[in-house]
Amino acid sequence: MTTELKGAKPSRRAFLKGAAAAGGTLAGAGVAAARAAGDPLITQVQPWTSELGDGVDAAPYGSPSQYEAHVKRRTVDWLTADPISSINFTPLHELDGIITPNGLCFERHHGGAAQIAPGDHRLMIHGLVDQPLVFTMEDLMRFPRENQVFFLECAANTGMEWRGSQLNGCQFTHGMIHNVMYTGVKLRHLLDEAGVKPSGKWLLAEGADASAMTRSIPMEKALDDCLVAWKMNGEALRPEQGYPVRLVVPGWEGNMWIKWLRRLEVGDQPWQQREETSKYTDLLENGKARRFTWEMDAKSVITNPSPQAPITHGSGPTVLTGVAWSGRGTIPQVDVTLDGGVNWHKARISGPSLDKAMHRFYFEFEWDGKPLLLQSRAHDSTGYVQPTKEALRKFRGSNSIYHNNGIQTWAVNSHGEAENVEIS
Amino acid sequence: MSRFLNVLAVSAVVLSVASPVLAGPLGLGRAATPDEIAAWDIDVRPDGMGLPEGEGSVLDGEEIFAEKCAVCHGDFGEAVDRWPVLAGGQGTLEDMRPVKTIGSYWPYLSTVFDYVHRAMPFGEAQSLEADETYAIVAYLLYVNDLVDEDFVLSRANFTDQKLPNEENFFLDDRGADGGELESFTAPEICMQNCKADVKITARAAIIDVTPEDGEARKAREAKLATEEAGEQPEASEAETAPEPEVAQETALDPELVKAGEKVFKKCKACHQVGEGAKNRTGPELNGVIGRDMASIDGFKYSATLRTMAEDGTIWDEGNMAEFLRKPRDFVKKTKMSFVGLKKDEDIQAVTEYLKSFPE
Repeated sequence: MTTELKGAKPSRRAFLKGAAAAGGTLAGAGVAAARAAGDPLITQVQPWTSELGDGVDAAPYGSPSQYEAHVKRRTVDWLTADPISSINFTPLHELDGIITPNGLCFERHHGGAAQIAPGDHRLMIHGLVDQPLVFTMEDLMRFPRENQVFFLECAANTGMEWRGSQLNGCQFTHGMIHNVMYTGVKLRHLLDEAGVKPSGKWLLAEGADASAMTRSIPMEKALDDCLVAWKMNGEALRPEQGYPVRLVVPGWEGNMWIKWLRRLEVGDQPWQQREETSKYTDLLENGKARRFTWEMDAKSVITNPSPQAPITHGSGPTVLTGVAWSGRGTIPQVDVTLDGGVNWHKARISGPSLDKAMHRFYFEFEWDGKPLLLQSRAHDSTGYVQPTKEALRKFRGSNSIYHNNGIQTWAVNSHGEAENVEIS
Repeated sequence: MSRFLNVLAVSAVVLSVASPVLAGPLGLGRAATPDEIAAWDIDVRPDGMGLPEGEGSVLDGEEIFAEKCAVCHGDFGEAVDRWPVLAGGQGTLEDMRPVKTIGSYWPYLSTVFDYVHRAMPFGEAQSLEADETYAIVAYLLYVNDLVDEDFVLSRANFTDQKLPNEENFFLDDRGADGGELESFTAPEICMQNCKADVKITARAAIIDVTPEDGEARKAREAKLATEEAGEQPEASEAETAPEPEVAQETALDPELVKAGEKVFKKCKACHQVGEGAKNRTGPELNGVIGRDMASIDGFKYSATLRTMAEDGTIWDEGNMAEFLRKPRDFVKKTKMSFVGLKKDEDIQAVTEYLKSFPE
């Protein structure tokens, strides 16, 4: 037996006493094991109970348990030409509550995730302003701060499902979303500092990355609830989320939340950038395209059970859970069905109900082991109710790519396995 | 009671001291200089605001495009692999698979100029001069049949160029009368006996494109099928057993092959390898180590490489390493626009990976 001792050495007398006690335990364990009836994980002393664990500095930042290594973002290789301008997905089926851990927030870059030293970063405001200004990160942190929880959803989330069920897993069908608490300054304070001229009706926000991502944002929204944020969930933004600073555009499509934000130009009309003309426009069945579709419609998804999270316990008490959100407000109600929409039940919302943030819902039921057709349906605070995919296709056709908020169906078989399906 | 009121009064004072700080400028930040603004203010609008001085011809554009853009977008904007198609697609917007290009979909030419200038070439953003950008945009108009080959695009004539699909864009109308928001905002929602019967109309498992779960699910389904048919599970195991790997003629280092697969991602935009590999912008690479240089039928090699191949030189690990390190030094005027692999271990790994496809 080797024991590493740190700190004050025990006295020789105490050491001998300890050794004797340990010997006695070992001899006794054998006898006890032979007699014990029951789960050996209970009846036998386990290594993690007997041996010392890691010291405080074993992981100075900290990481999830080694047994949670499968809980990670995943990509779908065939979606894009290249992993640099690509996307991966939040493992929604592995999470609970409403907050997404920073390391699991889906990534979407157009020129890779830039690595920028905060001391080298500059944010410029110019255009139709009284005084064009340059801020350092230090300057930004001297403005009054806000803490707000918002969901960020890619407009293309669930976009692969327009023509029918395609991907087995809510991580892949619905994982282009995350929900965190941002700390930053109201964009309005920065604009006030520069002094927006009366003719300034639009804002162009630009990133410092290799895609120099740009979006036009109406001034009304910029002055309403947008933030310039540098922290999420209390810690600095991760590089893949725009470190050192990003734009937060609550309730609106994720592509507008410019990461690595370096420039804000005030103008009198929109710029018609690539991401608001060739991309993020909704091509309808008649060949015409809807543009400036910024707000994310109310939506929900059952995260468990789902294809990556089957029911493994057999029949009996079962917890169904999922998330719901709306770019237009809060979620006062979520309905769930076990029989493909014949009968609906009000789910229970647990946790905070915050504006333009994720809501967590639960529905506890007794599973009789028979196949299920699961759906969830979100109501938002404007009275809007999440439509079926079929109802949505009546307005959008199936070439739209973006803004697919139709009701998702999981077919659970008698083994508890779930599959992404569509139903009549 | 009076003490409570005092506390309130004190809070009110504290608040009134705190709130004026929020109103009006704080004097933070510093003035941006005109040169600083000019350095970053590169955006271009449909009305021409932001266009730099300059001009470029279709012919110049063709040359620049071949050198800097064709590696991903193909010589005529037809695209390589899954990189964006830049030409064609006219008349497809109502199809099941619309082809959205600059010519068929984009509403404004300014967007092309802006995007090329700010974000292209991929991996070398903001390296193009204004004249080069005008030339590339002129060439893109040409490959979309919008101008003739003698066309010269300049700041002066830029806003005269209209893209054909501009009229087919309209503003978000979800909130309009009878629109989506109204239709989906129903006063009463059915909760009981809402429909008679329910049928599954589509299944994701049939398409089977989900990453990493496919094999596990197939095995699971095979097991289920046999259980339901009352068969012995052995049959399904035999059915789903992975095919034995083809023995390699020479032993390969599996770790190195794996590392090479990653490095090869950089090559994938132009080169295919493995079963069914075809020539793309670059030749297919099956059995490339050990094969004669410039020997793939139907691929247009550079003149230099054809000359080098005349004396029967074969690709071996040595010359491949030299080529991969500095393509342009090893083969003058090579058509391969790749800059080269800096690290020896990357070269070794990618070579080992290529060796794992002997035929």
